[in-house]
Amino acid sequence: MEHIVIIGNGIAGVTAARHIRKKSDKRITIVSAETDYFFSRTALMYVYMGHMKFEHTQPYENWFWKKNRIELVKAYVNAVDHQNKKLVLADGNFLNYDKLILATGSKPNKFGWPGQDLAGVQGLYSKQDLDQLEANAPDKETCKRAVIVGGGLIGIEMAEMLRSRKIPVTFLVRENSFWNGVLPAGESAMINEHILEHHIDLHLGTNLVEILADENGRARAVTTDKGDTIECSVVGLTAGVSPNVDFLKESGIELGRGIKVNRHLETNISDIYAIGDCAEQHEGIGQRRPIEAVWYTGRMMGETLAQTICGNKTEYKPGHWFNSAKFLDLEYQTYGWVFSERGMKENEQHFHWRDDKEKICITIAFNKDTKQFLGINTFGIRMRHEIFDRWLTEKCDVNHVLEYLKDANFDPEFYSKYEHKIVSTFNSEFGTSITPKKKSWKRIFSNA
Amino acid sequence: MKTIQNIGIAIFLLGLGIFAALPFLGSFKLDQSTFDEIVTEKRIKSEIFTADMQQNVVGKEFTGMIDLSSKISKALEYANATHVKNKEYKKKIYTKSSEMASLIGKRSGTGYIANNKGIMWFLSFGIGIIGALLFIIPQVVTLGKKGIKNDGVYHQSSTNKGWIAWLVFFFLVSFYMVLYFGSQYAVNWTYLVDPISESLSGNPAGHWFVYGFMYCTIMSVMAVRMYIKYRHNMYQIVRTTSVLFFQIIFAFLIPEIMVRLQMPYYDFKNAFPLDYDFFFQWNLKSLLDSGGIGLFILVWGVVLTLVIVPVMVYFFGKRWYCSWVCGCGGLAETLGDPYRQHSSKSLFSWKVERWLIHGVLVFAVVMTGMTLYSFFTETSTVFGIKTSSIQNLYSLAIGSVFAGVIGTGFYPIFGNRVWCRFGCPLAAYLGFVQRFKSRFRITTNGGQCISCGNCSTYCEQGIDVRAYAQKGENIVRSSCVGCGVCSAVCPRGVLKLENGPEEGRINPTEILLGNDVDLMELVNKK
Repeated sequence: MEHIVIIGNGIAGVTAARHIRKKSDKRITIVSAETDYFFSRTALMYVYMGHMKFEHTQPYENWFWKKNRIELVKAYVNAVDHQNKKLVLADGNFLNYDKLILATGSKPNKFGWPGQDLAGVQGLYSKQDLDQLEANAPDKETCKRAVIVGGGLIGIEMAEMLRSRKIPVTFLVRENSFWNGVLPAGESAMINEHILEHHIDLHLGTNLVEILADENGRARAVTTDKGDTIECSVVGLTAGVSPNVDFLKESGIELGRGIKVNRHLETNISDIYAIGDCAEQHEGIGQRRPIEAVWYTGRMMGETLAQTICGNKTEYKPGHWFNSAKFLDLEYQTYGWVFSERGMKENEQHFHWRDDKEKICITIAFNKDTKQFLGINTFGIRMRHEIFDRWLTEKCDVNHVLEYLKDANFDPEFYSKYEHKIVSTFNSEFGTSITPKKKSWKRIFSNA
Repeated sequence: MKTIQNIGIAIFLLGLGIFAALPFLGSFKLDQSTFDEIVTEKRIKSEIFTADMQQNVVGKEFTGMIDLSSKISKALEYANATHVKNKEYKKKIYTKSSEMASLIGKRSGTGYIANNKGIMWFLSFGIGIIGALLFIIPQVVTLGKKGIKNDGVYHQSSTNKGWIAWLVFFFLVSFYMVLYFGSQYAVNWTYLVDPISESLSGNPAGHWFVYGFMYCTIMSVMAVRMYIKYRHNMYQIVRTTSVLFFQIIFAFLIPEIMVRLQMPYYDFKNAFPLDYDFFFQWNLKSLLDSGGIGLFILVWGVVLTLVIVPVMVYFFGKRWYCSWVCGCGGLAETLGDPYRQHSSKSLFSWKVERWLIHGVLVFAVVMTGMTLYSFFTETSTVFGIKTSSIQNLYSLAIGSVFAGVIGTGFYPIFGNRVWCRFGCPLAAYLGFVQRFKSRFRITTNGGQCISCGNCSTYCEQGIDVRAYAQKGENIVRSSCVGCGVCSAVCPRGVLKLENGPEEGRINPTEILLGNDVDLMELVNKK
């Protein structure tokens, strides 16, 4: 029986395992040094905040793996010996494979800051990081202040976590507005306001210079390029992640920043594949980046590779881009491409609307010349994935999107509706006379 | 703010303490004329009982119910035992000793509590309410900006099965034990609400009136908490208002006012088989003897269960009843909200749930079948089994122990919908309709789920919502009561409760939306 070994029990590896099991009888082994069972990495923050216990982040009960004949090995892989088709484990054992799937995820970036390895300095990615934060910052008496370096999704999550225990947080963001490399200015500005409302000490346009140690080798303060010295007990380094591939350096597997794969998720070595955060496409697919450290793409690669492993060779073809996040109390969803001013394409035009009272806004991107709808960002309004996916496939124009915007609304019942305000703003900005159509079940489910 | 809240807790605990101490306090003195009245009213023919009472109870002053109650029950048991031995069955007294004690207690209360009802009400209910609100209202500020506020749920003793939770458990279970099995200890409580009862129905309060009044009070206070906690979520606000309305108006006020108007006591929203004694002989007789209104209630009760309930479930899901109208649901969604995360999501619990809830439904239907057969054929047994003993068994095991003691008492440990999930026969019936013929579903938003588990954790009905959401499948489950909290706590906007076309409501998928379209079609059509 063919033995499929998967390194990494995150969403990519586990999805691959589940789908291979559905389609075949192959022997499946998942190797991970992080935890005994699969858990949702994106939910770690809720454990620290007390919304859930760690066991709640595990999507499958513990009997699931045995029942589905997925063997779990808790071990760290030191090296891959592809000539003999075996893994060298840190405990000295070996594990043979017929096909190997690398799904090792990411690790937090460290950019060589002085003091970055001091006690009290940490990233937030793994279960171990969570445990460490629990030790470093159990309460506001132990952790008098935390400084977070890096204005991305993990940074703001970490700030939210610490604030849930009333720990004062200083948030150093390199950009002059939060996440404005990704978000258009209006949205980024709204989040800046929201961060301040949550009593997070936001320092925009500020870089970390050095982390200072106390006599015990613990972080006691940071200095910034603005000349400030900020006393703190914990420093969170959240300046992005990079593929976790160091153990493959001598393996002969082609590496860039990540593990180089082709569209079939194959590496340069036969019978070795890479999926999820650690995989790097030779060229980005469509407007995507070569490495996509996103939950959804990890899952999709797992789904696709399972097809290939089970004999139905399938190219990795992610559909229309989508993503979501939550910034403190603000929900964010995106469908299609809306670029920030920095990354904006030549013919891309934006329509931005923000409510005058609530923290709610949307940005619609469309082609200046053809009016083709390119993408939408929404904050504080939930949208229907299927509808936008369809509109993107059908290359609808922006007027169509606005006319039928009510079909796409996914907010809970009885929520205030904003379509009329949005459309009338659009009409006055672009001289159109669109009237929003009533929501129609028939249209929503027409080809779903 | 913290100080105000602490003062609030202190005041609340004082009120609660006084309330909890009342069953052990008070003085009772039964005078001769009252005793004679009771003997006549209850048609007591046992001279042994009356003699015993004359000697040991009448004219004597008792402090606290414990002493009085034990004298009465001794007298009653001795008299009955003697009559049975002598085969004097006509003299046997069929009133239960706790009922007899509460009847006598209620008529013989003297002293401070019985004479200062208003002040005592304020010292228990009044300061309990004030204290609770002093704790709750500052949350407008302390919770911060509007949004999901579950910080620390698993760090606090009260909401993480710590010692506070066990204390609440102990208190609730004791309270229900008194209510169902020791009503004589509730006599002092009834004095507190006598003025309110008299102003509504014209009668002094019994222990069920205490329960009804307390139910409304607790729901109202905890509804304030809901309004603050979910102030960003209009669905929760409307739904909370709805359950509060139906509890106060339909379950509490209308039945009391009907009694004042010489009509039968009836809660128009309480549908059979949750209202399990609707077809009991005494109820049917009382309805048939009440003229036009009695007949109307009879027809309404039948139509409610057979037509209104299923039709509404078809259009809106069982949530219209379970989390918008029902009293049990109303308490679960207000008092029980802090405990919703304790429902077990294991596969094992789900198996237990299906056997138990459907078992209770079968039990209720069989019992009602026997009841109606006995009613129309005027026999007291079916296949040699006494109908009344089955009714008593149901009332005790399901009506009192399951729905009350376990259903509410176990909130802090097993979560707030123990009864609704494992026991309610009406929920089982609505569940069939919801699962097989309804427009209601919780829609999963394409491929947006990140498997975080907030939805499953906070599902009070123990549904593993995430198991569906992470596969891109809609949630169509008979047990879902549509509280809307899974949708509220979802950080990625994945879940929406909606009533849409039946077609495509159940949508098993293998590959989620967002992956390549050909691949999706290929595997999903297989």
